[in-house]
Amino acid sequence: MFDIDSYHKADTVDEAIALLSQNPDAVPIAGGTDVLVRLHSHNPDYRHLVDIHDVAELKNITMEPDGTIVIGSGVNFTDLAQSPIVSVNIPVLVEGASSIGGPQVRNVATIGGNISNGAPSADAAPPLLVLNAHIELKGPEGFRRLPLHQFYQGPGLVDRNSGEIMTCLRISSTDYKGWSGHYCKYAMRGAMDIATIGCAAACKIDGDRVAGIRLAFGVAGPTPLRCWRTEEKAQGSVADQTLLDLVSGSVLGDLRPRNSWRASKDFREQIITTLSERVLKEALKRNGVSIS
Amino acid sequence: MNRNISCTVNSKSMTWQIDIRMSLADLLRQHGFTSVKEGCGVGECGACAVLIDDVAVDSCLYLAVWADGRNIRTTEGESKEGKLSPVQQAYLDTGSVQCGFCTPGLIMASTSFVEQHKGQKVSREQIRKGLAGNLCRCTGYDGIVRAVEQCIDAEKK
Amino acid sequence: MAVGKSVQRVDGVAKVTGKARYADDFTMPGMRIAKYLRSTIAHGRVLTINTSKARVLPGVDGVFTYQDIPKTKFATAGHPFSMDPGHVDVADRLLLTDYVRYMGDEIAIVVADSDLTASKALSLIDVEYESFQPLVNSEDILGDDAPEIHKGTGNVVKTHSFVAGGNLAEVREECDHLIEGRYKTQIMQHCHLENHTAYAYMDDHQRIVIVSSTQIPHIARRIVAEALDMDVGLVRVVKPFIGGGFGNKQDVILEPMVAFLTKKLDGIPVRLRLDREGGMIGTRVRHPFDVKVQVGLDKNGTIKLINFDALSNTGAYASHGHSIISAGVAKTHYMYPRAVYSCNAKTIYGNIPSAGAMRAYGSPQMTFAIEAVMEEAARLVGMDSVEFRLQNGARSGDKSQITKKPIMTCGLLDSIRKGRELIGWEKKRKEWPKVQTGQLRRGLGIAIFSYGSGTYPVCVEPGSARLILNQDGSVHLQVGATEIGQGSDTVFAQMTAETVGISFDKVHVVSAQDTDVTPFDTGAYASRQTYVTGQAVMRTAKQLKTRILDYAEIISGLDAELITIADDNIVIAETPEIAVMSVRDVAVDAYYDKNRGGQITAEVSYKTRNNAHVFGCTFVDLSVDIPLCRVTINEIYNVHDCGVVINPLGAEGQVHGGMAMGIGAALFEELMVDPDSGRIYNNNLLDYKVPTIMDIPDLGAAFVETYEPSHPYGAKSVGEAPVISPAPAIRNAILDATGVAINELPMTPKSIFKYFKKAGLL
Repeated sequence: MFDIDSYHKADTVDEAIALLSQNPDAVPIAGGTDVLVRLHSHNPDYRHLVDIHDVAELKNITMEPDGTIVIGSGVNFTDLAQSPIVSVNIPVLVEGASSIGGPQVRNVATIGGNISNGAPSADAAPPLLVLNAHIELKGPEGFRRLPLHQFYQGPGLVDRNSGEIMTCLRISSTDYKGWSGHYCKYAMRGAMDIATIGCAAACKIDGDRVAGIRLAFGVAGPTPLRCWRTEEKAQGSVADQTLLDLVSGSVLGDLRPRNSWRASKDFREQIITTLSERVLKEALKRNGVSIS
Repeated sequence: MNRNISCTVNSKSMTWQIDIRMSLADLLRQHGFTSVKEGCGVGECGACAVLIDDVAVDSCLYLAVWADGRNIRTTEGESKEGKLSPVQQAYLDTGSVQCGFCTPGLIMASTSFVEQHKGQKVSREQIRKGLAGNLCRCTGYDGIVRAVEQCIDAEKK
Repeated sequence: MAVGKSVQRVDGVAKVTGKARYADDFTMPGMRIAKYLRSTIAHGRVLTINTSKARVLPGVDGVFTYQDIPKTKFATAGHPFSMDPGHVDVADRLLLTDYVRYMGDEIAIVVADSDLTASKALSLIDVEYESFQPLVNSEDILGDDAPEIHKGTGNVVKTHSFVAGGNLAEVREECDHLIEGRYKTQIMQHCHLENHTAYAYMDDHQRIVIVSSTQIPHIARRIVAEALDMDVGLVRVVKPFIGGGFGNKQDVILEPMVAFLTKKLDGIPVRLRLDREGGMIGTRVRHPFDVKVQVGLDKNGTIKLINFDALSNTGAYASHGHSIISAGVAKTHYMYPRAVYSCNAKTIYGNIPSAGAMRAYGSPQMTFAIEAVMEEAARLVGMDSVEFRLQNGARSGDKSQITKKPIMTCGLLDSIRKGRELIGWEKKRKEWPKVQTGQLRRGLGIAIFSYGSGTYPVCVEPGSARLILNQDGSVHLQVGATEIGQGSDTVFAQMTAETVGISFDKVHVVSAQDTDVTPFDTGAYASRQTYVTGQAVMRTAKQLKTRILDYAEIISGLDAELITIADDNIVIAETPEIAVMSVRDVAVDAYYDKNRGGQITAEVSYKTRNNAHVFGCTFVDLSVDIPLCRVTINEIYNVHDCGVVINPLGAEGQVHGGMAMGIGAALFEELMVDPDSGRIYNNNLLDYKVPTIMDIPDLGAAFVETYEPSHPYGAKSVGEAPVISPAPAIRNAILDATGVAINELPMTPKSIFKYFKKAGLL
């Protein structure tokens, strides 16, 4: 039995907001794969629960008339990966979604939980960062939207005010039309693992040059990180080996991998450098540019 | 902390008073569905996997209260009138059972995979990916992959 | 013919339907839950412990500390009692301790009405410690001013040295080449899917009943009696189905405590079940070894000497202690038995979890060192790795340098030849470039192994069986040996069917052991059951057959000498196709005739005074992605000489499972210790990397059958050996692919990175 002190089930987002506002100690629980693990180890910060497991309005994936893809925070990773809207338009997110945990975890764990727990290793984060995803939160004061990279504030820290619920992630058509992408999770096992390094790349091609390039990493700093400086340097370059060298030579400047018992800093740097080249190469290939 | 829930387990309707602090694994085991094993309690081993509305879920990381209104399948319900399910039979044919502790969870994960891939051509890689949430320490998984392959091939025929 | 044919496991249906009941699947009204309070430091002393708040928490039945327990130290290793005072296990345990020897040491225990109450009570206990420096590394442990983890030991459990087969200095002089290497192996954890669990209750004022997930019910019974100073006859241990053990349940870990608790609480049922986090640190692990090895060769590449200086760390408590390295050295010497073999071995204590038995008991560690240095030796003399082993490996008739006894059957060289063919060694050697460059490189590797069947002559080897003829002509088989998943019940049923002359499905095996009922056997360890218990089963089956035939003579008037049993019928030996009567007819008469007969049973307890050596090898073809420091196995084969294979389907399963565990040892698994604090970083199944189904490739298992004359069906062991040789074979293939010799386990990407960097590959 879990050490739960209070439990309230919400059927709607507004109910959830009201319940969270009433009890500042309460945390939302959706898929449970994070909160219940913490309760298993008797973590006292999770003893008051607002259950949003069955809030139907958080489980939709839709495309708005302007092409914006809207993914409800309560969508689980299996449904996400199987959604035609997602798999056709933003397959890089499918790669992230299908690399999380194992099948049973993906069947219940939600994209909202993966992002809002602030883990630097979230497999959905690097793909969402290269898709320029925005998140939408709803609280007692109403809605607000912000880019995902601003949502992350530090390890385990996100810009979610008390009483707020993340409602959805939004990806604008200008961030996926013409873009190709790739995500690679580097971990110690082929499944049921947390990333040692996660790397996502996206690119857009104009002739023989990159018209747009985005790179993001997980576990390469206190939060999932975009590689802004590298992207700026690479913008407009000819899509060839020189570009790959430039990227792999520059990418560490954007990141802050650290030593931990899970992996050393220099090992992570080796993987980051290698993945930056390989993942971008694959993303370019998917946009019709093969670099041998 | 108590609540009433209604669900079906292996096609049988149940109404249970539960403590909201229970996991589904706790609840099922309490009611005699002891095929549901606990190997880790945190979704890292898959020994407690059951099907909820035909989707494989680790019941240790699933609140019992969420079972309300849902259909649950455990390994006990897979054999009917003394006849093993194709997946259960395939596990025996391929020698995929040793200590048997991971077996019920693996059988449910395999059953869900086989049902979802009826009539399809699947690779061993896909089978592996589909069963990657279940640890087995005895068999090296070799027979398990062949058991699932055998079930899918039989479905095609 | 039941022996030699693949049969479905006798417990298969129970297991695939979820009907097989394990220790946690039984409960009793009013059962209480016990939970340990584990130390939060790795080395030190409990100064004060205050349990007053926990005691008054509603639902708490009792809180016990080191102050409340019997003061008799006991040994926990699951060995049979030894009548030789020079060969007894180290008694260094109390039920609870105030001297903390590893982070997680058991200092108190709570009994409550639920798991949750017990957890809450634990959080109410206040402990004040005096901390000492945690001793994790051997340099610190053996340092001059190191505090003693166990008083009077100097932190050394035991040492031993020997030279066998000649004079080391003389032979060294004769060698043309001397090669040295140093190899280190990691701490591993068994990670059986079922955690340790046991419960106990009393059924009168004296008798304690324990239901436990154990490999060794009869040994557990004796050790509980020793720990609680009781008569053995007052302890009853029941072993239901068990969810894997791999040696970790060849140790008496929870049984004395549950027995103590129920005794303290007037016999109420008390369950003590470790969670995964507790089990990872609070049971046993594999001993990490640090082995320096020297090999001497002549100019033809013939091995003249193998000399070890080996160190083993047993952790906080001795458990199996020095037996591991001792057995590891002894069992591996059959690989290259014509060389002079010498060894200095030492086992030390350390402030890390206790190490005990784990599949293949010291051999994987020693074999990693031996087969790594042999690869260096082959390369030094310019020989093909396979040819080198064919030249030097054991052959039938070779004598053990240690025991001076000949190896009766040895299929090692045939195994090597078969493996070479399966992997396509020669073809690949020809086709692949001699020197590889680029980011992705491919390599081939081989490693061989030897192992034993049972523990004789080190320990007593008793096996016992009882057969009861049922009214329907079927039989019930009771054995003291324990089915732990390896499939022993199934091979015993095959042997019984074969020898009695009845069909396989007429043999019902009583799978649960109950020391009040089942005959004495020391349990599942040392790959002993098919070999040792099999000999008792055969003798019991023969006895039953004789008794059935003797009774058939009474009924039929036919001379018992002239009749036999075939296909469930009594037949004339010369015309077995004609049935005289059925075994069922005999049984019905024996049970129910008013004037004659009685239940027909047989029982034999037999001590084996032999040990059969098993041999084999691993061949692997792998790729190394150098920038990603990642190894991918393309093909892997284990070839085994385990004598006659009794159940091919079961034997293949044992080999596959061992290979996967060996791959885990090679590339994935390590229990990681913070050297400063003694904390285990990865006490769970997320961070301790048991390979998933994604990480294990298709596995190839092959057999080279020999007929072992010391066994009634020609069988030898197969349970543990498959885990031994994959890791060195993989190490040798990485060397082949990259030119980099990795000399420590595991070869995870993190470790490979360091080696590649040092070698200038990165």
